[in-house]
Amino acid sequence: MAGDVKHDYHLVNPSPWPIVGSIAVFTMAFGFVGMMHDWGFANYIFGAGVLGVFYTMYEWWSDVVREAEGGDHKPVVQIGLRYGIILFITSEVMFFVAWFWAYFNAALFPTEAIGAVWPPEGIITFNPWHIPYVNTLILLLSGTTVTWAHHALLEDDRDGLKKGLWATVLLGALFTCFQTYEYSVAAFGLSSGIYGATFFMATGFHGFHVLVGTIFLTVCLIRSYRGHFKPDHHFGFEAAAWYWHFVDVVWVFLFFSIYVWGAGAITH
Amino acid sequence: MANSAQTHDAHDHGHPTGWKRYVYSTNHKDIGILYLWFSGAAGVLGFLLSLLIRIELQEPGVQFLPFLTGGDMDAAHQLYNVLVTGHGLVMIFFLVMPALIGGFGNYFLPIMIGAPDMAFPRMNNISFWLLPPALLLLLLGMFMEGPPGGMGAGTGWTLYPPLSSALGHPGPAVDLTILSMHIAGISSIMGAINFITTILNMRAPGMTIHKMPLFAWSMLVTAFLLLLALPVLAGALTMLLTDRNFGTAFFDPAGGGDPILYQHLFWYFGHPEVYIMVMPAFGIVSHVVSTFSRKPVFGYLGMAYAMVAIGFIGFIVWAHHMYTVGLSVDTKAYFLAATMVIAVPTGVKIFSWIATMWGGSVTFKTPMLFAVGFIMLFTIGGVTGVVLANAGVDAALHDTYYVVAHFHYVLSLGAVFAIFAAFYYWIGKMSGRDYPEWAGKVHFWITFIGVNLVFFPQHFLGLQGMPRRYVDYADGYVFWHEVSSYGIYITTIGVLWFFGIVAYVLMAGKKAQANPWGEGATTLEWTLPSPPPFHQFNELPKIK
Repeated sequence: MAGDVKHDYHLVNPSPWPIVGSIAVFTMAFGFVGMMHDWGFANYIFGAGVLGVFYTMYEWWSDVVREAEGGDHKPVVQIGLRYGIILFITSEVMFFVAWFWAYFNAALFPTEAIGAVWPPEGIITFNPWHIPYVNTLILLLSGTTVTWAHHALLEDDRDGLKKGLWATVLLGALFTCFQTYEYSVAAFGLSSGIYGATFFMATGFHGFHVLVGTIFLTVCLIRSYRGHFKPDHHFGFEAAAWYWHFVDVVWVFLFFSIYVWGAGAITH
Repeated sequence: MANSAQTHDAHDHGHPTGWKRYVYSTNHKDIGILYLWFSGAAGVLGFLLSLLIRIELQEPGVQFLPFLTGGDMDAAHQLYNVLVTGHGLVMIFFLVMPALIGGFGNYFLPIMIGAPDMAFPRMNNISFWLLPPALLLLLLGMFMEGPPGGMGAGTGWTLYPPLSSALGHPGPAVDLTILSMHIAGISSIMGAINFITTILNMRAPGMTIHKMPLFAWSMLVTAFLLLLALPVLAGALTMLLTDRNFGTAFFDPAGGGDPILYQHLFWYFGHPEVYIMVMPAFGIVSHVVSTFSRKPVFGYLGMAYAMVAIGFIGFIVWAHHMYTVGLSVDTKAYFLAATMVIAVPTGVKIFSWIATMWGGSVTFKTPMLFAVGFIMLFTIGGVTGVVLANAGVDAALHDTYYVVAHFHYVLSLGAVFAIFAAFYYWIGKMSGRDYPEWAGKVHFWITFIGVNLVFFPQHFLGLQGMPRRYVDYADGYVFWHEVSSYGIYITTIGVLWFFGIVAYVLMAGKKAQANPWGEGATTLEWTLPSPPPFHQFNELPKIK
């Protein structure tokens, strides 16, 4: 970079990760199509693509962390990162709009094929006040523990930061365990018509986001052990917290619309 | 472009040269150039697909495509469907969007708002580099099994089930197309995040949002449309993918699903998508008209908020694409009324452009010719849009050539004219070399005559009842089909002429001044040398 720069914006150095990531994404997509059509070796192509994507994410975000710790993220850059994450979460909200749209389209206007009722005839839904309710409490609690961690960080209480993050990560993992168990005992499957399709795809994509959020928080936990984050400079942590709250809110909507409102007369 | 820019930068050290400069790039201008080359290549491909379509349709009967399929008639019919699908997707996702948003947006948006680069320069690069894999997947899909025993995805760009389901297209072609759209969509969402952040966070001191150039406004609205519409398409495509491969029943009536759901989700994306393509064109035309009228744009704030209004209303009119699926009368009445409302802010724009020219000192340089061409042809396309907005009329015109004529008037004669206007307006700035004015004017007239000859007769065909996406037709339609096909041969000359101009500019163009357009050109890019330095605005400009 030329030495006479008189602004605080971050002019990022050239990077190989975009092109590496794009090749990995292509490999993954091509392998995925092959897997769906039972081509030999497609699993390996897909696997190589997934590894490439993970490798890219690791290297790319390692660079971002290095730049952050190296002082490239001046206040104006941090504001930009905030916009970026808010907009990313907005796009994620719109992604879930599609799944809720599919759900309410089927639930509010059930067709003859499923007996014109919701839940469809022959579907035994979950009792919302068993595991789903426990999972709701887990996620809501994890929303408070991540706030605990945040306030500890603001007070420069490193020990509280770590404890709060540990609690949040463990609660996130616990949610995933309960959901895995719930899926394993479901009285319907992904191909049990529109109910199974909307239930598993909506809660499944949410579950995937819980995993992503848990990993994001775990990265923050590791960084907190390495001495990263300052009381006045810790946007990586805040981004993880925002993302986590987003995942939390999506769950509340899923819980009330699919599990509670959409519960049948007989549940298990 | 590359060479002249490179020599210019030879004394500016600290960034890679050669292939690494572009492949590893974190520079908005270099990435913009990559986008423009890519969209040029994809544009040629999409144009060749349409050329094959028009050659086949020149006469009734199916006689040309069987040459390509070794005489196999079924394969020729399927090939026609694949050409139509490929043409639509390539032109939308790999020509218009990369050229207007990725290309001109990347290059000029940061300069116009007085920023040294985009907000996320590295993410900017992956937005570009995801496009070649997406296009490659789409092309691979053309050469793999689609329908039983047939090749390629012949679903149309809308990918409606059940034709796109395992029922209609069990082969991998549609899966490749779906993943291609997913990847192009991720690229666009990242681009949208980048543009919005750049505009909101990196305007030069003094450039309040109400002083921002209209092209920046147009990119802001476009980016919001991308951000909010594309994830819904991603959801719809994912449902289609799981219906095809993992046994879900989203669009399968036998399992309680609903094929109309797909259409709702698709058009919830698809309608904003047409504004995504034309909004940047609005911005470009505003600058060109103002520059060559030597007057500020008439009604600047009205122009800006008309775009915001179009963007907003664009999200609540989607079912006017679905008048014939069995919507209730009340629903149709709502979508009819909401759709007509769009004509109001659009009219604000059209009349403001005319008022900008009114009393101005107008010179018809090539960019201005294309901009005025845009205004006229986009207006024709807009007016036929108002016709089609009537649910009753649409019952007769739905899926006819009238619709084809309508959307080509707004896109291939609207958005593409804006691409050309932008090219001639800015090529001197980007490459440092001027285009020959007479050659640009010849290009305009060849293109103007060619494309109007292609598409104007299609209104007549549609009104006569010619359905779209048919490889063959009754003899009565032959006259206007022939005229339409002659039009594309003229357009082909225009395309070749255009690439001749590109080659000439890059190899032998005269050195461009910083501002060749005079006092009418007021935005910040004209304060920089042509081409601009590798990093502009190391010291941010102050806006009064």
